[in-house]
Amino acid sequence: MENFEPTIIGFLCNWCSYAGADLAGVSRLQYPPNLRVVRVMCSGRVDPTFVFKAFREGADGVLIAGCHPGDCHYTDGNYNTFKRFPLLLKVLEQFGVERERVRLEWISAAEGTVFAGVVKEFTETIRRLGPYRKELPKGGAKIG
Amino acid sequence: MASGKANDAVFNVRIPPAAKKLRELFYSAHFVHSHIAHFYALAAPDFVLGPDADPAERNILGVVSKVGLDIGGEVIKHRAYAQEIQALLAGKATHPVWVVPGGVSKGLTEEERRKVEEMAQSCVKFAEFSLQLFEDVVLKNKGYVDLILSEGYRLVTNYMGLVDDNNKVNFYDGKVRIVDPDGVEIGKYSPPEYLNYVSEHVEPWSYLKFPYLKQNGWTGFSEGKGTGIYQAAPLARLNAAEGMATPLAQEAYEKMYDTLGGKPAHAILAAHWARLVELLYAAERLLELSKDPQITGTDIRVIPTGTPDEGVGIIEAPRGTLTHHYKTDANGMVTAVNLIVGTTNNHAPIYMAVKKAARAVIKPGVEITHGLLNMVEMAFRSYDPCFSCATHALFGEMPLKVVVYGADGSVLSGR
Amino acid sequence: MVKLKLAVYWAASCGGCDVAVLDVHEKILDIAAVADIVLWPVATDHKYSDVEKMAPGSIDVCLFNGAVRNSENEHMARMLREKSRVLVAFGSCAVSGGIPALANFKEREDILNRVYQETPSTVNPEGVKPVPESAVPEGTLHLPEFFGFVHSLDQVVEVDYYMPGCPPTAERIWEVVQAIVSGNLPPRGATVGALEKSLCDQCPREKHDKKIKRFYRTHEIIPDPDRCLLEQGLLCLGPVTRGGCGAQCISANMPCRGCYGPLPGVIEQGAKYISSIGAIIDARTQEEVEEILAGIVDPAGTFYRFGMATALLKGANR
Ligand code: SF4
Ligand code: SF4
Ligand code: SF4
Ligand code: FES
Repeated sequence: MENFEPTIIGFLCNWCSYAGADLAGVSRLQYPPNLRVVRVMCSGRVDPTFVFKAFREGADGVLIAGCHPGDCHYTDGNYNTFKRFPLLLKVLEQFGVERERVRLEWISAAEGTVFAGVVKEFTETIRRLGPYRKELPKGGAKIG
Repeated sequence: MASGKANDAVFNVRIPPAAKKLRELFYSAHFVHSHIAHFYALAAPDFVLGPDADPAERNILGVVSKVGLDIGGEVIKHRAYAQEIQALLAGKATHPVWVVPGGVSKGLTEEERRKVEEMAQSCVKFAEFSLQLFEDVVLKNKGYVDLILSEGYRLVTNYMGLVDDNNKVNFYDGKVRIVDPDGVEIGKYSPPEYLNYVSEHVEPWSYLKFPYLKQNGWTGFSEGKGTGIYQAAPLARLNAAEGMATPLAQEAYEKMYDTLGGKPAHAILAAHWARLVELLYAAERLLELSKDPQITGTDIRVIPTGTPDEGVGIIEAPRGTLTHHYKTDANGMVTAVNLIVGTTNNHAPIYMAVKKAARAVIKPGVEITHGLLNMVEMAFRSYDPCFSCATHALFGEMPLKVVVYGADGSVLSGR
Repeated sequence: MVKLKLAVYWAASCGGCDVAVLDVHEKILDIAAVADIVLWPVATDHKYSDVEKMAPGSIDVCLFNGAVRNSENEHMARMLREKSRVLVAFGSCAVSGGIPALANFKEREDILNRVYQETPSTVNPEGVKPVPESAVPEGTLHLPEFFGFVHSLDQVVEVDYYMPGCPPTAERIWEVVQAIVSGNLPPRGATVGALEKSLCDQCPREKHDKKIKRFYRTHEIIPDPDRCLLEQGLLCLGPVTRGGCGAQCISANMPCRGCYGPLPGVIEQGAKYISSIGAIIDARTQEEVEEILAGIVDPAGTFYRFGMATALLKGANR
């Protein structure tokens, strides 16, 4: 576990959070390199399928970040994200994925520091939790 | 249906009388469908075409070509009626979603009721016809009667079945009655008491467990008085009861036991006959209920108010007594389940019956033909559609593979 | 005309799919007129060895129902794949695991312990468990191996067509049989016997604005028979489920459970449904959202009722 470097997928909305991340970069703020960023047009675009796929394909944690309530470029995209989030967590939990592995944050274009802080903290959380490794049964193989 | 009843118990609700009648109406239709399918598709090929008919012909299509398209059409029509009635009530005939804790989700309109009544009328006629057919084809053939009554197809055990307050056969509700090989009642229980009466044994060579009577203990695969083995399904139900609750079925019931030489009957092939007696009962009950003034009632559901905890539901599945037992948390999320399903009850009896039949037909010096091996399978087929179809094919969930070994262990024949 | 060679087989199945084929009723005779049924365990007398002897590709169409739960199911799936020119995953179990695959929430050992040890009616002081091989005086008895996972058919062999439904309805079966007979099948890999649009599209109920303040479980409410069930707070999977069944459950005043599977282009019916639900709950604050969603007691079990074998998070790799 000592050397465990978590893989975290971050779905960042184009208008706020991605800009926030950009700002963090431009401002040369220090944050762990574990986040792989996927830019989406809106946090509302983050279909739960994306989250499941991320875990299936090796992610240890998933961050969804969008504009602050009221600021969504598409009026209520983030509002939909927020309304489905608890259900997403519950389903993940039933599938054996700890709640702490998924995080929803509102980060504006001006909040580079907030962004860096979130990534830092989240990476620590995932590091503590350890890798999410689901041995998936292989189709067609003899499985005991 | 058993699950629905177990859920009523989990939620501690008593369902309205109209809901109970609707459920029984649905369930009678289910029996009509299942018994028609089993008798005509699985049993009839053996009797109508004969045990040694060409296997490629020995199926329902073969039966249709032998008895004629008219009769075949009637068989299909009445099974279709039964399916239609179920779908009418419950949205779909297979895996209905209509039973809810506290009742049923939809009622029956007067227009639908009239349709059901008409179809039920016709089903009664068809059930009578089926019994007549059985008489003409099987009972008038001395060879078949001898076979049915022969030692190789006799299995002496206890019997189990659901009965109403008058000890008459009931499929949907009542108490489970157990009689010993002499027909003497040795137990009668309501669903929550099932654990005092039934236990299950495990063998390493089968995924299916072997239920037995707790009071007698696991006695191995043994016959006779005192054995822990019991049988369920049509013949056992008739053996365990004191008669049928509808007039025509009662007549047929008496006639059957007169011919078989009294009750209980241990002749396992008589299960096909018992099945037809039950078909008649189910059809009559269908008709009775379709004419019941309460059947179009609208008071069909109670919303449960208590905290769910634990419950047992028992019905008679076409293939035997079916027990569902659930425990839940306060949210009604199931935390533990125990099921003893119809076929399971007959698990040990099936092995015993097959062994006896094999002993009877496979003898030194007798050439082992396909017909002979089929006669062994017939012992199996008298029990259960799930299994019997498995044997028809010799694979499926529970394959029966007949391999005949010589005294020296060499394989003489197999199929 | 040369008759078609048709096979119907069941693996880890409840038998309902076979009953569904019988439910074409009198048309079964029409089917028999154009097709030789070379294998149908529930209705005809063909033996294992008969199939083994068939040449590869000699079955024209095989309707395979049931999931793959044990080594015998797998063996038959492979054998029938080899013998069949067209293999159809027939019914929800074969398509995506169906009800049997709900067992994938549990581990193999837990299942075996529960069945052979913990159930209150079981008396098993020696802890006997079924094993693949056991010695008896007459020789060795074999049992198929119980897998740790319930598979869909296409996780084991290649499948040509998918036909969803638990079970598929007789009308759709008849249509598909006609398509097969006339050689009018869509490209390989397609879903047949179902519509391209959602069940809601077929549903006769009145639909207004979906705004939900509270969810009900089916035993908690007597819904208005004319209005959309989802609007009344019942978890109806209609919006994310393919049409084709004729809204059977809806007609019984019960919500759709999703047996016709995901819409075209959708990977996960369950994930899609989480989105739909999010969009229609009527809440502004965190507390309100949580309170409303707390009414959904078992989302995974409800949204993945028929799709556990292929679920992204628990399903097997194809
Ligand atoms: S799809 Fe449904 S009807 Fe078909 S075998 Fe599976 S559970 Fe049974
Ligand atoms: S959600 Fe259900 S009830 Fe509502 S329109 Fe869709 S299928 Fe019909
Ligand atoms: S309403 Fe839904 S669950 Fe019911 S049969 Fe149709 S698709 Fe299946
Ligand atoms: S655009 Fe940023 S959350 Fe919608």
